[in-house]
Amino acid sequence: MSISREDIEKVAVLARIKVDDEQVSALEKDLGNILDLVDQLSAADTDAVEPMAHPLDAVQRLRADEVTETNQREAFQAIAPATEDGLYLVPKVID
Amino acid sequence: MHNKSVAELSKELESGKISSVELTQQFLDRLKSEDGKYNSFITISDEQALAEAKAADEMRAAGKATAWTGVPFAHKDIFCTNGVRTTCGSKMLENFVPPYDATVTANFKAAGAVCLGKTNMDEFAMGSSNESSFFGAVTNPWGDKRVPGGSSGGSAAAVAARLVPAATGTDTGGSIRQPAALCGITGLKPTYGRVSRYGMIAFASSLDQGGPMTRTAEDAALMMNVMAGFDPKDSTCIDREVPDYTATLNEPLKGLKIGLPKEYFSEQLSPAMEEQVRNAVREYEKLGATVKEVSLPNAKLAIAAYYVIAPAEASANLSRFDGARYGYRCENPKDLMDMYTRTRAEGFGNEVKRRILVGSYALSAGYFDAYYLKAQKVRRLIQQDFINAFKEVDVMMSPVSPSPAFVQGEKTTDPVTMYLEDVFTIAINLAGIPAMSVPAGFVDGLPVGLQIIGDYFSEARLLNAAHQFQQVTDWHQREPQ
Amino acid sequence: MQWDIVIGLEIHVQLATKTKIFSGSSTAFGAEPNTQANAVDLAMPGTLPVPNEQAFRYAVMFGLATNAEIGRRSVFERKNYFYPDLPKGYQTTQLAQPIVGPGHVDIDLSDGSTKRVRIHHAHLEEDAGKSLHEDYHGMSGIDLNRAGTPLIEVVTEPDMNSAEEAVAFAKKLHSLVTSLGICDGDMSQGSMRFDVNISLKPKGSDTLGTRTETKNLNSFRFMEQAIAHEVERQMDILEDGGEIIQETRLYNGDRDESRSMRSKEEANDYRYFPCPDLLPVEIDDNFIEEARARLPELPDARRARFKEQYGLNDYDAGILSADAKLAGFFEETVEHGKDAKLASNWVQGEFSARLNAEEKSVAEAPITGAQLGALVTRIADNTLSSSGAKKVFEALWTGENDNVDAIIDTKGLKQVSDSGALEAMVDEVLAGMPDQVAQFQGEEDPKKRKKMLGGFMGPLMKASKGQGNPKLFNEILLRKLGG
Repeated sequence: MSISREDIEKVAVLARIKVDDEQVSALEKDLGNILDLVDQLSAADTDAVEPMAHPLDAVQRLRADEVTETNQREAFQAIAPATEDGLYLVPKVID
Repeated sequence: MHNKSVAELSKELESGKISSVELTQQFLDRLKSEDGKYNSFITISDEQALAEAKAADEMRAAGKATAWTGVPFAHKDIFCTNGVRTTCGSKMLENFVPPYDATVTANFKAAGAVCLGKTNMDEFAMGSSNESSFFGAVTNPWGDKRVPGGSSGGSAAAVAARLVPAATGTDTGGSIRQPAALCGITGLKPTYGRVSRYGMIAFASSLDQGGPMTRTAEDAALMMNVMAGFDPKDSTCIDREVPDYTATLNEPLKGLKIGLPKEYFSEQLSPAMEEQVRNAVREYEKLGATVKEVSLPNAKLAIAAYYVIAPAEASANLSRFDGARYGYRCENPKDLMDMYTRTRAEGFGNEVKRRILVGSYALSAGYFDAYYLKAQKVRRLIQQDFINAFKEVDVMMSPVSPSPAFVQGEKTTDPVTMYLEDVFTIAINLAGIPAMSVPAGFVDGLPVGLQIIGDYFSEARLLNAAHQFQQVTDWHQREPQ
Repeated sequence: MQWDIVIGLEIHVQLATKTKIFSGSSTAFGAEPNTQANAVDLAMPGTLPVPNEQAFRYAVMFGLATNAEIGRRSVFERKNYFYPDLPKGYQTTQLAQPIVGPGHVDIDLSDGSTKRVRIHHAHLEEDAGKSLHEDYHGMSGIDLNRAGTPLIEVVTEPDMNSAEEAVAFAKKLHSLVTSLGICDGDMSQGSMRFDVNISLKPKGSDTLGTRTETKNLNSFRFMEQAIAHEVERQMDILEDGGEIIQETRLYNGDRDESRSMRSKEEANDYRYFPCPDLLPVEIDDNFIEEARARLPELPDARRARFKEQYGLNDYDAGILSADAKLAGFFEETVEHGKDAKLASNWVQGEFSARLNAEEKSVAEAPITGAQLGALVTRIADNTLSSSGAKKVFEALWTGENDNVDAIIDTKGLKQVSDSGALEAMVDEVLAGMPDQVAQFQGEEDPKKRKKMLGGFMGPLMKASKGQGNPKLFNEILLRKLGG
């Protein structure tokens, strides 16, 4: 199955990855090849098959509601691109 | 010293013939002088290593030594190490120094092991040749310009080149076993959930599993004794007793039922490779094992299912790399959208971007059922094949890769050719079962690996089978020149 | 043209757990920015979620209290979108298999009728952080303390047909979750946030119109205003022959304006899929029964009890029982104040008015039920006049003094109820006002007489330095004036 330029551009916006025209052309070919490979799946008869999300048939363990964490802000913000007054700074958020 | 195994080094340290500080200094010196040839390390953490060595010597003096106390090793640069840069092979994390440890990292620290540094890898573990690393390709010690395999290519090359006796790896579709095979070392991908994933940077959460990369099966057992176990910080980690993996290494193999999946001895495998694998199986027959053919009828769909599931999970797992809280941020973003899209376009390499885009596409409206849901159903068919086969046999054996180490650049033009490199390893990750790669011969002077596949939680049996093989063969002792 | 209004609600309820839904970080409100955001909350590489048992317990309690099916197997999914307050780039939420299935809540309407509102489901999810829009050199500041706070999102069927019904449902839900103790109900701190889906259809039509979603309303008043505003907006468009665009809108309560949130509209393909870091959660009978055993008295049962136990009328019982904290305060007041009707008046009157004026919750009130009860006791035994009582209340509220009797003493607010002394004062005042006395006695109209009687009270209160019992003064006056 092929993937259109429009699809690539749309999915690049969803994934927040900037792509230029040249890259879109390369991606058209590469993603097309990958999707051709993936299309083998359509041959499988899976009508009565339950989807498998996890390798092990286990159920979730739940954690007791107890505070186990202490304030590590200084350590975490030492590796941040931009902070001020304990806040992470990013370009203006417009709702 | 650099030729000794973990078990041997452990004995040297125990006897007091050498201190950990001396041993660590020797390894560091050798690492620094030799690694220029391989580029197998991204970061050498000498200061921390020597501090750990000193602490290890004190631990020993206090009578609290374990088998690992003072023994040098390395971590794949995917395991977070408190205070030591952790890049995941990406520009995105070029300067990322985590203020926390992965559980696997903490386990080795608690055992007193000495980490020399962080090994090179395909970016975010996406690759089978170590060529997608932002920090440059790794050279296979067995051949100039040859790839070491991937994504744990740095760990495999470093162990093969005797820069470290052991290193951690991770395996999402073959990333421990294939480089182990291509570099002539021993590697184990444990059962999904056996080793904690906490602090191990996620590629595909339902497939990723950390494991040992060593020269001998015995050393892999020693690593598993440290790595395996329940972790309350990982919801998918299994609370199940951890055996002493060294305790059963010497069990006889008489009566072991070996299955050869006929689909893994197909036309994709070169006759020369096949011969090496069949020779290895004959060694097992000599040790008392019986062999029969088995079938994994859906195995042929594994690559297709994998290249939906893994990219889909990765597309979400890698969303956190957005330039807001840590890691790379593009220069002068003009607005929020610009920060996101340029940070991710500049911070990620091409293979990572391709997989994020494929994964986002497979999950997007209108395609979810045809791709993601379908792949999950096929995943169950593949798992069922293994469950059925293990009703008949104890372990399965197969090649690890279709060919030995290939030349750098040979498979980078079309991503799909690279993906086919994992044709024999990928189904095992989808099923979540354990498998090993064991050195089993050479083709054209390049190592060949034998894959031993086991049922869920049968790591001890795999290590036993590998260890017994290594008692009657010396492929794993061969040293690249 | 006549229109039917169709309203469905989505309510985010912050659960009052000690820690976050997927990490052991505290959820306490008001901490310094990012001091309650650990490696998991910040989505540091390699970190993993482990769910909080209490969040599930609270969700199950909510399900039991709304007559809902409990999801025996619930699954977390990832909802993918980029936003600075969402560190992982996806929200972990539930979609196909939520923890609470279909249920319902009955609401009382002003005409005395009852209406059943169906709940489609309620699911567990994580809250986002906060973007602070103050200007940091042209940048926004991000605080992730709130990121990962457990929420249940309650989604109703479109069963409400007016702002009154929607607000009644919202208040009922507030009353339920605070009574259950699973949410502090503090709307000013965002503990409950309402999204309102509104559409119009021609009266009697079966076909639903295009709906809009007005997001993040955090008071009942704004909700009511926002609904009225949106209904009017849609009506104007439809009656001009226009079409409603399906969109998310933001309502500004201070200006009574709304606008489209374009950022939410662009290509929102959330690419949901089951979160591979989490396993399915299975809830067994034991867990459900244990949650059931924790269910406290719910508002409807409490209302019935207040009527029975305290002899309150239905209206008073309804108001005092709805909010668990207010109900508790009232009961404490009665316990120390004996007179339930008087306690009810004071809790609903002076106390509630003061809270409203200062935008405080019951929990933040500077006085206790015991103090108000002591005050009520002194009113009931005639020690205090109503104006004196207000002075005592003021002194309690401002923290001038915390003891009712001490305040009465120091301020000299004790009423003089000695009839001999009062009678002497009345004689003296009447003697000084012969004209007014004559006028009163000549008046036939009872209304005017009553008013004129009030004219004597001022000088009497003055003569008694404000301490004369007005009730007694009144009785004596009437006797003396022959009325």
